[in-house]
Amino acid sequence: MNYPGKGLVEGLAVTARNFVGSYFYKDRLTTVQYPEERIQTPENSRTFPFLVFDESPDKPRCTACKICEVECPPKCIYIVMDRDDKGKPLQRPKAFDIDISVCMQCQICVEVCPFESIKMDNDYEKSKYGRFNDLVQRLPDLLKSNDYYRQIKPVKAAEVDAKLKAEAEAKAAKKAAAVAAAAAKAAATPPAGSAT
Amino acid sequence: METIYQLLHVTFANVPAWTVQVAAFLIPIAFIFGVYPAIFALTTLVERKALGRIQNRYGPNRVGIFGVLQPLADGLKILLKEDIVPRVADKFTHFLAPVLIVVPGLLVYLVVPVAPGMVAVDLKIGVLFALAVGTMSAIALFMAGWASRNKFSLLGAVRAVAQVVSYEVPTVMAGVAVIMAAGTLSTLTIVQRQGGGILNISNWYVFRPWGLVGFVLFVIGGLAESARCPFDLPEAESELIGGYHTEYSGFKFALFQMGEYLAGMAMAGVTVTLFLGGYMGPGSGPGLVGSLIAMLWFFSKLAGMIMLNIWIRGTWPRLRVDQLMGFAWKVLLPLALVNIVAVGFWHFLTPRPLAWVVTTGWLVIWFLVLTKCNASAILEKREYRYV
Repeated sequence: MNYPGKGLVEGLAVTARNFVGSYFYKDRLTTVQYPEERIQTPENSRTFPFLVFDESPDKPRCTACKICEVECPPKCIYIVMDRDDKGKPLQRPKAFDIDISVCMQCQICVEVCPFESIKMDNDYEKSKYGRFNDLVQRLPDLLKSNDYYRQIKPVKAAEVDAKLKAEAEAKAAKKAAAVAAAAAKAAATPPAGSAT
Repeated sequence: METIYQLLHVTFANVPAWTVQVAAFLIPIAFIFGVYPAIFALTTLVERKALGRIQNRYGPNRVGIFGVLQPLADGLKILLKEDIVPRVADKFTHFLAPVLIVVPGLLVYLVVPVAPGMVAVDLKIGVLFALAVGTMSAIALFMAGWASRNKFSLLGAVRAVAQVVSYEVPTVMAGVAVIMAAGTLSTLTIVQRQGGGILNISNWYVFRPWGLVGFVLFVIGGLAESARCPFDLPEAESELIGGYHTEYSGFKFALFQMGEYLAGMAMAGVTVTLFLGGYMGPGSGPGLVGSLIAMLWFFSKLAGMIMLNIWIRGTWPRLRVDQLMGFAWKVLLPLALVNIVAVGFWHFLTPRPLAWVVTTGWLVIWFLVLTKCNASAILEKREYRYV
């Protein structure tokens, strides 16, 4: 049926439906009231890098190999390797700073890391009052547990865990094999004393 | 005035007569200055909330519970803003325009009865006064546009004057129908004529064929005169920045908003008085309780009209200038004139059913004729796509 003013009446019907419906159907209201409500960020979203540790913060996966420092395009990473009293490298970072005002969130550090140590975070509430020092993330700020990583990126974390487990098992198997081989060798060759 | 005076005179018989007289002056003034600006403040909030819901959003809900303090926050913000006057502006006129624009809006409420006998001034030419004073805002708008020395302001002002003058004609003609039927120009008497019948409702003029047409015409005219959507061409944000109030800031800008809303509410009040039975409704009558119920009825109807305005604002797009003028002169004015003849039929045809049939038929036939004549102006449904 067509009549003059049909479009106007249909428009009024649509807005009336919206008006009434928005009070009864919550899914009509798409607004997320931000400070109180948050959306779960998608798996692939990323903001700035962080460092993963397994059991405790003093045992990070990072070995301070400085590959990420070298590869970082805007050079925002600064690493100092920890050494003991004799100057022997301890294979862990003493200082690990990322200047997030310089970081361009390219994820190259994550891709080059051989130890699955540096990962991209999705924490987007990083604003600070200071302009320079406040934006430099120090080692304590950067260290976050593997559980946190599993929580924010479940699929990727599972992949990484599986890979690390496989590597550890392969290493253990190799070690066991080496031990077994050494034992066999020891068994095959008679003791030096008995030979002479 | 007389009725309030009498009421006070009877209630306070032993105080000096001049006190009663002064009180009878001051009470309506206090009422108009207190209640309607309060309703204006509430309307700004309700409008934003309702527009939000129409667009599936929450409206403002941060200041106070459900955002009820939002008007207060808005007012505070706008008071703290800097008042900028352009260097080349006509300073005096620039200052005077926002003051003048609030006046007509408030003056109209003088003749809008809110309860039996409760009207500030029961003028014998009430309807004429309301319509004439309501149009005065065009002068203030043009002063604002002219004094700003800004082409957008002037364009907006020119549009405002053209629009208000054009739409005044069909609006008054729609009002004439009511005046003919009621046989008076006094708003109080018009409301009294709409009483009685079933539940005090069935005699409202909107439930007559000519009254329904007149109501629609009057609402459209009222929207156009108070420059509300879809007739907000004078301040079309997307075309003219802000129209006549482009060069106003701070409290002067707030006064423009206030004047506009007060004028819109005044038109809604006049519509309620002329067509929706004013304070008439089940339970309204003389006496204290009856008066309170009547007041409730009036303000509910006013709120309903305001909600209708908001609903329309949230739905319909703005008209083009030529469509606006064509609509006023080629559709509304002929329909209003036809409507006056329909009231004549209604008055002189004696058996009521016959009057119903003849008036309805007359109006329907003319409506169809007018739509046929204006068929070229009605847009075809078009689909925009590349082939």
